[in-house]
Amino acid sequence: MREAAVQEADFDVGAEIAALSAGDDGAGAVASFVGLVRGGDIVEMTLEHYPGMTETALAEIVAQARGRWQIRNVRVIHRIGRLLPGEQIVFVGVASSHRHDAFAACEFIMDYLKTQAPFWKKEETAAGSRWVDARESDDAALSRWGG
Amino acid sequence: MLRVLYFAHLREAIGAGAEDVVLPEGVGTVGALRAALGARHEALLTAKNLRAAVNQKMCGMEAPIADGDEVAFFPPVTGG
Repeated sequence: MREAAVQEADFDVGAEIAALSAGDDGAGAVASFVGLVRGGDIVEMTLEHYPGMTETALAEIVAQARGRWQIRNVRVIHRIGRLLPGEQIVFVGVASSHRHDAFAACEFIMDYLKTQAPFWKKEETAAGSRWVDARESDDAALSRWGG
Repeated sequence: MLRVLYFAHLREAIGAGAEDVVLPEGVGTVGALRAALGARHEALLTAKNLRAAVNQKMCGMEAPIADGDEVAFFPPVTGG
């Protein structure tokens, strides 16, 4: 299975988590993150990406995480296209021998993905549509990993 | 020729996601290309925090470009 996938289809969190440590009794920890579409005034969200570069960027982020922590298995899934509030957008799962590496690598991958992977969100509301602005807090989250 | 790509609100403002462009004479960097194309696509000049990639790698406006490259312009990314 590819470590990083970009797809329109939804994913099964339970199956993804189980697959991370399947057949590996050295995996003592699995940490995961699931990003969801927030509701509020948002009726629908569309995720655009840069085909080709996206896959390369995600693979590069995973490679960087592997260089920093002991990772036994890792999986990143990012959805594209139209999504409704409550739907899953992104999954990051990391299996390691110990929890610290799993937690840290999972958070690192999300922080890098937020600022380095070429995805753009457009929100549809009753009042019209708007492209989501990048948040400075995302850059701040990235900087704590020492660039 | 250069393959030039636009994404998100830049794509909408320009009205196209991609175009083939003859590398203008004297243009050797992403920033110079931005200025040259800006004559036709004002959004390239007015976009806040414009980002770019050459051959699918993020880069700064000072990055060199050459004939045959794929150059992309886009706003800061907002995935995750």
